[in-house]
Amino acid sequence: MATGSDAGLMGMSRASYLRLLGFFLAPAVIIYSVFSIYPLLATIFSSLYLRQIDGTYVFNGLGNFVTLLTDTTWSVSFWNAMKNNFVFFLIHMGVQNPIGIALAALLSLPQLKFRAAYRTLIFMPTMLSVVIIGFTWQLILSPLWGISKMLLQAVGMGAFFAPLLGQESTALITVSLISVWQFVGIPMILIYTALLAIPDELADAATVDGLTQFQTFFFVKLPLVIPAIGLVSVLTFVNNFNAFDLIYAMKGALAGPNFSSDIMGTLFYRTFFGNQLQLGDASMGSTIATMMFLIILLGVMVYLFVIQRRIQRYSF
Amino acid sequence: MLKMSLKTMLLAAVALTVGTGAASAGKLTIESWRNDDAAIWKDKIIPAFMAKHPGITVEFTPTAPKEYNAALNAKLAGGTAGDIITCRPFDASLELFNKGFLAGLNDLGSMKNFSDVAKSAWTTDDGKTTFCVPMGSVIHGFIYNKDIFAELKLTEPKTEEEFLATLEAIKKNGKYVPLVLGTNDQWEAATMGFQNIGPNYWKGEDGRKALIDGKGKLTDKAYVDTFAALAKWGPYMGDGYKAQTYPDSQNLFGLGKGAIYAAGSWDISTFRGQKVNMGAFKAPPPAGSKDCYISDHTDIGIGMNAKSANAADAKVFLDWIGSEEFAGIFANALPGFFPLSNSKVAISDDVAQTFVSWRGECKSTIRNSYQILSRGTPNLENEMWNVSAQVLNGAMKPEAAADQLEAGLQKWYKPHQ
Repeated sequence: MATGSDAGLMGMSRASYLRLLGFFLAPAVIIYSVFSIYPLLATIFSSLYLRQIDGTYVFNGLGNFVTLLTDTTWSVSFWNAMKNNFVFFLIHMGVQNPIGIALAALLSLPQLKFRAAYRTLIFMPTMLSVVIIGFTWQLILSPLWGISKMLLQAVGMGAFFAPLLGQESTALITVSLISVWQFVGIPMILIYTALLAIPDELADAATVDGLTQFQTFFFVKLPLVIPAIGLVSVLTFVNNFNAFDLIYAMKGALAGPNFSSDIMGTLFYRTFFGNQLQLGDASMGSTIATMMFLIILLGVMVYLFVIQRRIQRYSF
Repeated sequence: MLKMSLKTMLLAAVALTVGTGAASAGKLTIESWRNDDAAIWKDKIIPAFMAKHPGITVEFTPTAPKEYNAALNAKLAGGTAGDIITCRPFDASLELFNKGFLAGLNDLGSMKNFSDVAKSAWTTDDGKTTFCVPMGSVIHGFIYNKDIFAELKLTEPKTEEEFLATLEAIKKNGKYVPLVLGTNDQWEAATMGFQNIGPNYWKGEDGRKALIDGKGKLTDKAYVDTFAALAKWGPYMGDGYKAQTYPDSQNLFGLGKGAIYAAGSWDISTFRGQKVNMGAFKAPPPAGSKDCYISDHTDIGIGMNAKSANAADAKVFLDWIGSEEFAGIFANALPGFFPLSNSKVAISDDVAQTFVSWRGECKSTIRNSYQILSRGTPNLENEMWNVSAQVLNGAMKPEAAADQLEAGLQKWYKPHQ
């Protein structure tokens, strides 16, 4: 035991080893504690208080959570935001990630030309500001000056045009698809790099065995990038349940019409910071933020303990 | 070098803050969010005051609108705020008064120049103390494109029937969007729709006060009728109004593609910039109304820091803000923001003059969700945005909209329970 740890000290005394350890760990620990752990704990702490009508706060235990989940004043908006957030997430999982995988597969085709140009162009929207994305798409889809209306009319389908962002039935789906368009570059890049890591020998062997390129992808490469797909899925989940900016930019804090595009992030913002005549309520806002944290925690735990353990990894 | 200059800057900043806090006699600083109007204050308003009161120096030190409330609260708490405080309407300022940051101004001579409606935004709930001098209001109505009206041989509608007939005529012609109003951002639906035409239905202040003391309900006929009137607008609001934003609406009318614009008076300067040949008419009352009512909403007031070192001079300044001279300068420098005093003011902008002339013909009221009724959850103002947009979208029946508003209010507001 003693000899073992002595070997780790590399000839230093125990005290100076610990000092060195502290020196290297300190920056990360301090920054992470101050900017991540402390705010998280403070939020949970603040969710245990109740805002009085005169603006003061009193301790309320888990009362805010009971109110949020059972009092119809709050629970209707909460469950509505939760449902919309799941729709938002499912659209990303069902559209963004398959398209990302398909794009990565196309990009990794050996005979593809202009690979770098495609990769950059598809990744570009991810780097643009959300405000620009929101504004651009609002203009494209605008019933007044939008190009989409003219395009549809040009091919004789003008009757199919609708104010997609303004209808209860279509607003959320439209915003979700815009978000998909923006972020499709991320699954593409992650899976593309995973595909690159697969040794050529495997693909060559599959070719020798008579598999077409399509079959090679499906039966050889895809199973090998499943860990990357798992990672992409969990990133999508975390990002989607933290989402706020695009909906706020396009639909405002009330996420209309009739809260049809309201997700957890916009509900939190409205509650915490207030809106027009609604005064901000820090404790109820923290309650919603804590619920968001719990949902994300639950999702990530399911991934870590149920899915990731069953994923088989291959090392080459 | 950099360190030195940083230190100097910090020192200067501290000195500045201290200077603001402990103003010497004869010097006043104004806290405001109207940084858009800084030039008007510096070049027109303050010189006019200082010409009359040479012993007092006034400085206008605005903050950005979004930061104003937070910055002001911090400065007041730290004792470094200026002597004169520009007041947001209703609860934000009431909270400052309750905390003892704003001084009561009942003894101010010029306070008699203001009506109770004008003072309501800066008066305690019991009506006893007023703590800011009402400065400016915005009036709702409809702005129309005179060229389009001339082309289609239309006249200003006087009643609701005429209004709908006018819209129908513009729609038949097909060249222009009859009524420019979008529901994407929701607030226009409530502010330029519901609050614009509503006062004629709920009889202005009578209806508004009845809601506060619980004698009136939002399910009353007046409110259902207002929503029913809004529901008739849908077919005239142009293609895709459900996804039309506020800037979309401004551009649509500004570019001459729309005939009638559901307006707030602050839009006047926007359209002046776009050189629209425009006129204005007030919210057309429904059939059988004897009196007319307009939404003349108190938006901006001005009060005094209770801890001001220079209270005597501050009162002289506030008294002058209540005078006719200030009203005249303010109204002409900022067309679309109207002085709230009772003095008759000549405004050179003809459209702004039209708006303000309605005060003589009709009774004024403010938006009914602003005083007291938006303190609870669900928030009445937010609910009004939501249901008004839905009624205009044709997604909600007028009765359902009224029911939802009343049900929301009943959840927390005692007089309605």
